[in-house]
Amino acid sequence: MSDSYEIPISIKTKRIDELIVQDKRLDGRGLLDYREIKVETGLIGKANGSALVSLGNTKVLVGIKIETGTPFPDTPEDGVLTVNAELVPMASPSFEAGPPREEGIELARVVDRGIRESKAIDTKKLCIVPGKLVFITFVDIYVLDFDGNLFDASALASMLALTTAKMKEFSVEDGELSFKDSLISLPLQNHVFEVTMAKIGNKLVVDPSLEEESAVNAQITIAVEDAGNICATQKSKTGSFMPQEIIEAVKIAKNKAIELREKVLGGLTQ
Amino acid sequence: MSKKKSEKLINDQGLRVDGRKLDQLRPIKIEVGTLEKADGSAYIEWGKNKIMAAVYGPREVHPRHLALADRTLFRCRYHMAPFSTEERKNPAPSRREIELSKVIREAIEPSVFTELFPRTGIDVFIEVLQSDGGTRCAGITVASIALADAGIPLRDLVVACAAGKIDDQVVLDLNDIEDQKGQADLPVAISPRTGEVTLLQMDGNMSSEEYEKALYLAIEGCRQVHTMQRDTLKKKYAREHEVAVEAAGGEVESSESENQHENEGEATNE
Repeated sequence: MSDSYEIPISIKTKRIDELIVQDKRLDGRGLLDYREIKVETGLIGKANGSALVSLGNTKVLVGIKIETGTPFPDTPEDGVLTVNAELVPMASPSFEAGPPREEGIELARVVDRGIRESKAIDTKKLCIVPGKLVFITFVDIYVLDFDGNLFDASALASMLALTTAKMKEFSVEDGELSFKDSLISLPLQNHVFEVTMAKIGNKLVVDPSLEEESAVNAQITIAVEDAGNICATQKSKTGSFMPQEIIEAVKIAKNKAIELREKVLGGLTQ
Repeated sequence: MSKKKSEKLINDQGLRVDGRKLDQLRPIKIEVGTLEKADGSAYIEWGKNKIMAAVYGPREVHPRHLALADRTLFRCRYHMAPFSTEERKNPAPSRREIELSKVIREAIEPSVFTELFPRTGIDVFIEVLQSDGGTRCAGITVASIALADAGIPLRDLVVACAAGKIDDQVVLDLNDIEDQKGQADLPVAISPRTGEVTLLQMDGNMSSEEYEKALYLAIEGCRQVHTMQRDTLKKKYAREHEVAVEAAGGEVESSESENQHENEGEATNE
């Protein structure tokens, strides 16, 4: 975070701490409320799938590209998943141009872990010639406006983009790949939702805004799949959690994931 | 990376591939002060993992503009040697190493009195010479000892250990095969004096009940490793004290009383 942020934020930090005692937040939300979520899908025609998610003022665009390539030697019959995140300089005064730094890398890897470990994509169905040729699913996260909680916004946009992605129907004969004109969906078999909580005082708040993120130093992100199991966790920042707080966070994440699923996937006309 | 359940990781006697019980750690050996030039250093063998840590600082920060006015700049680099893995690893820092460097820094930094050394830098280097699963936990454990060896004032000796799930069972301290073929891995670091969790990551698939069980099992593992950490440091200082006493002509009395003092200090740490 750039220094220019820190002065106004140190003033607000006090207010955030005062409010939390009465279970209140700066923007008037309840402790476990998400900011307003808006989603739009398919707005990038050149991509196989795309989704723009707004979480309050945070805006993240995800594009899916599906290309062919070679599989990893240890998983010769599985398509490949690649997640990358760009914190483009237009999104925040504290972002700089250049190769991804640790924040961007962590973001991409946490989103990747959720999708991968929930087995959201049936990668076996994206194998063309075992050991030789598979489909690679590129998930590119593009942060457009940064107002906190990039993990949840990016995971949500990625999930939506994958859910709505289309690829050309293909067939394989004698190891030869050919495409038809008709479109098919990506082979998905699960969904995953990431829920981030920040610890303010000794309370957990869901979906921290940038002001809240700057005021606290302990955050936890928990990925939950359709069956309610946990697929990924990441504690971030230099703060710490007591074990019972982690158990509480898992409980909250499970409930919020159900809410996100209904709110977001329910609205899709599949 | 992807977790699959295939061949058996736990046999009919309830033992794991390397003969361990479900809640048993691998053998651990720690040495302190292993390097000449570093301000502090330590080496750990944790199962087949061989990891070295070195600490430099507090020293001048390069580049200078990164220096902080109110505290030391605490940096960590986790790096794997090209020969440390089954297939040669490209020596350039991978995205995984960049992420791990970040979470390791965030796990250890709260234990360091960073505010005592404004405008300086402390650098922690963790080199994985041979890896066999659980390197981030072993890295945190050994880096804390190196920090203590460097004489840097610490609130606590951060220690880490993982738990996970293999063959539908929650187990302690996964090795490489168990991590690759198992169902979940949950690395945890704690500050043993307060019991706070300073690193928490997870990937795989666990129910919330399994998650809770694994979390507490990992913490129990941390406690066991912490005892070894302390013993290593105690032995080192006892040895140094003996040498000093001999050089001073053998004032045995003062050595005893000081030793007692040390022990009292340790006792209150618990």
